Amino acid sequence: MKSTIFQRIGWFLVAILGAAAVGGIALNRGESINAIWFIAAAACVYALAYRFYSAWIAARVLVLDETRATPAERLDNGRDFMPTNKWVVFGHHFAAIAGPGPLIGPTLAAQFGYLPGTLWILVGAVLGGCVQDMTILFFSIRRDGRSLGQMARDELGPIGGAAALVGTLMIMVILIAVLGLVVVNAMKHSPWATSTVAATIPIAVLVGLYMRNIRPGRVLEGSLIGLALLLFAVAGGGWIDHNESLRPLFDHEGLTLAWFVIGYGFLAAILPVWLLLAPRDYLSTFMKLGTIFLLTIAIVLMRPEIKMPALTQFIDGSGPIFGGSVFPFVFITIACGAVSGFHALIASGTTPKLLANERDIRMIGYGGMVLESFVAIMAMIAATVLDPGVFFAINSPAGVVGKEAADAVAKISSWGFPVTVEQMEFLAKEMGEKTLFARTGGAPSLAVGMASIFGSAFGNGLLAMWYHFAIMFEAVFILTTLDAGTRVGRFMLQDMLGNFSPKLGETSWYPSVLLTSGMVVAAWGYFLYIGVIDPNGGVNILWPLFGISNQMLAAIALSVATGILVKSGKLKYAWVTGAPLAWLAMVTTSAAWEKVFSSDVRVGFFAAANDMADKLASGALPAAKAKFAPQLIFNQQLDAWLTIFFVVVLWVVIFDMLRVAARYLRGKPVLPLSESPHEPSRLAEDWVRD
Amino acid sequence: MLHKIWRFIRQVSGDDAYERYLAHHAAAHPGEPSLSRPEFFRREQERKWNGVRRCC
Repeated sequence: MKSTIFQRIGWFLVAILGAAAVGGIALNRGESINAIWFIAAAACVYALAYRFYSAWIAARVLVLDETRATPAERLDNGRDFMPTNKWVVFGHHFAAIAGPGPLIGPTLAAQFGYLPGTLWILVGAVLGGCVQDMTILFFSIRRDGRSLGQMARDELGPIGGAAALVGTLMIMVILIAVLGLVVVNAMKHSPWATSTVAATIPIAVLVGLYMRNIRPGRVLEGSLIGLALLLFAVAGGGWIDHNESLRPLFDHEGLTLAWFVIGYGFLAAILPVWLLLAPRDYLSTFMKLGTIFLLTIAIVLMRPEIKMPALTQFIDGSGPIFGGSVFPFVFITIACGAVSGFHALIASGTTPKLLANERDIRMIGYGGMVLESFVAIMAMIAATVLDPGVFFAINSPAGVVGKEAADAVAKISSWGFPVTVEQMEFLAKEMGEKTLFARTGGAPSLAVGMASIFGSAFGNGLLAMWYHFAIMFEAVFILTTLDAGTRVGRFMLQDMLGNFSPKLGETSWYPSVLLTSGMVVAAWGYFLYIGVIDPNGGVNILWPLFGISNQMLAAIALSVATGILVKSGKLKYAWVTGAPLAWLAMVTTSAAWEKVFSSDVRVGFFAAANDMADKLASGALPAAKAKFAPQLIFNQQLDAWLTIFFVVVLWVVIFDMLRVAARYLRGKPVLPLSESPHEPSRLAEDWVRD
Repeated sequence: MLHKIWRFIRQVSGDDAYERYLAHHAAAHPGEPSLSRPEFFRREQERKWNGVRRCC
């Protein structure tokens, strides 16, 4: 198909507009810049990358074959393997990959200013994340829908396979801990938020009972009832907040809430899925898609001004939310939204079993990630439309800016981001909260940003409702990730333990379920607990750890992809996955290096441990802090070793891949390609595509 | 058009999973007894959640 002259001119104009928008964002040093430029820049970059780069990968690198039967066709069983309409698959795939990550990462990274995060989201996605998702999806489809771990084992050998398994388990633990922390920070001393989030549990159970017993399998009906109840719970939370006798029931310290979250996680992991997990997932998926859609409309309607400067002085590493300079930390702070290793598990999980035709790999794999990246851009917009002073007041932990409101605003104003106590009090009152200070983690500032965008688009009178709606929306799918992640962690652990004791490997043997669920919950519960008692707001520790582990998984996935490309005789195209791999290896290693060896106590784990040990020994710590100091010291050391472990795993996999590639290129025997043989597709052209 | 959108929504949400299962069953295993709706739904939920379904 030859492109007409009009198409060429059209794409040329898109390129010009994109370049102008990106340039405008990058070079603007004035007072403020309109959010519409971000949308325009993102839309043009995505359109160009999708039209040209992904098409080139599809045609030249992967060589998609429309006539080849996919696993969905060959292994059709009417359940998990099933040829499915491509838009339906797209919906499933997107709902599976887009969690709270792309909302939180950009919000935290906004401390560097809007520019570093925005550029990384755009470039990282089109050259890294989308490519990873697309290639892994393709390789999995060519291998009967096998998982990343299996592909690593089949193509590279047992080392790669084991690394993928251990890596996934570790990420899960860190991820759940940090997400739990975000929820706790949003709920502490907020009866409205706490009661609304608490109400989501019985609502999910009700929906579960409805879908199982009252009207079995009527997913839409059940979900709609649940959604109505959720909205009612948001309003009801406001009523509880104003009710003097009910209020104290939901007004808790962070630590108490952390124990609730841990207890909830354990219960959710051992209860049958139909009761809590599955119905909650339906609700959170609808909520997620609906809210993202609403946010897009609101941003396009409102075209808010971005108030954060392009760059802040914190690019030098002194940032209040997390320590560390813009290189390499922006690249690990924003994982989801740019490159997320976790996606490789979805792209080699449920999705490859549904695709009816290989040509749709481009739209699902590449396109799905483009959309997630766009969500990250919107999160960046929602964070940066706030006054920078307000943004930092909400997100800076008390350990950095001081516990008292007056100290905090003085400190933040001294950075050149003016904010007053009155301003914060007024804002908190508008949002129906007592205080918004030190709510580190991204969810509350995002909720304030979203509430102000929604408020100005759909009426300002309901700011407090919008705020708590946004909090509930984030909490719902954070808790879903927490349940689902604990469950997956349990399966993996059972799988591993099953090698030693077959009985423990039985996923339905209840003692084993209790034991392994308890172990997984204890693992993330530990990090959550430490995160809550850490006065510097555990986000400073946990989020970089999560970023490093997630990028490590991405590097494993890209190693598998690069290894397969080389073994398929496509050495000249190996850079397509090799270049993002090299970049990730570099940023992950240098971030890990700093986290381990930096002498800055806010960056280096060992430095922080030693600093605290010295202070404890010299008696410089007040009694309240001294009580927790030994635990914090131990934790910092543990985190340092964990980081070292991640980097070692990362390089072991990379060297394993290079070893296999080198052997192949020198003509020595390697594990054969595990691709399934070609079978012609018998699906009529438009059979499933109507 | 409306009909198409409705069908799409049902398919995306999994609302029509049982009907599609019946269609598959009738085509692939004619004559064998099929699962009832509640039975099918229970099995499906168990199966669906035995793996990585959600991401960060």
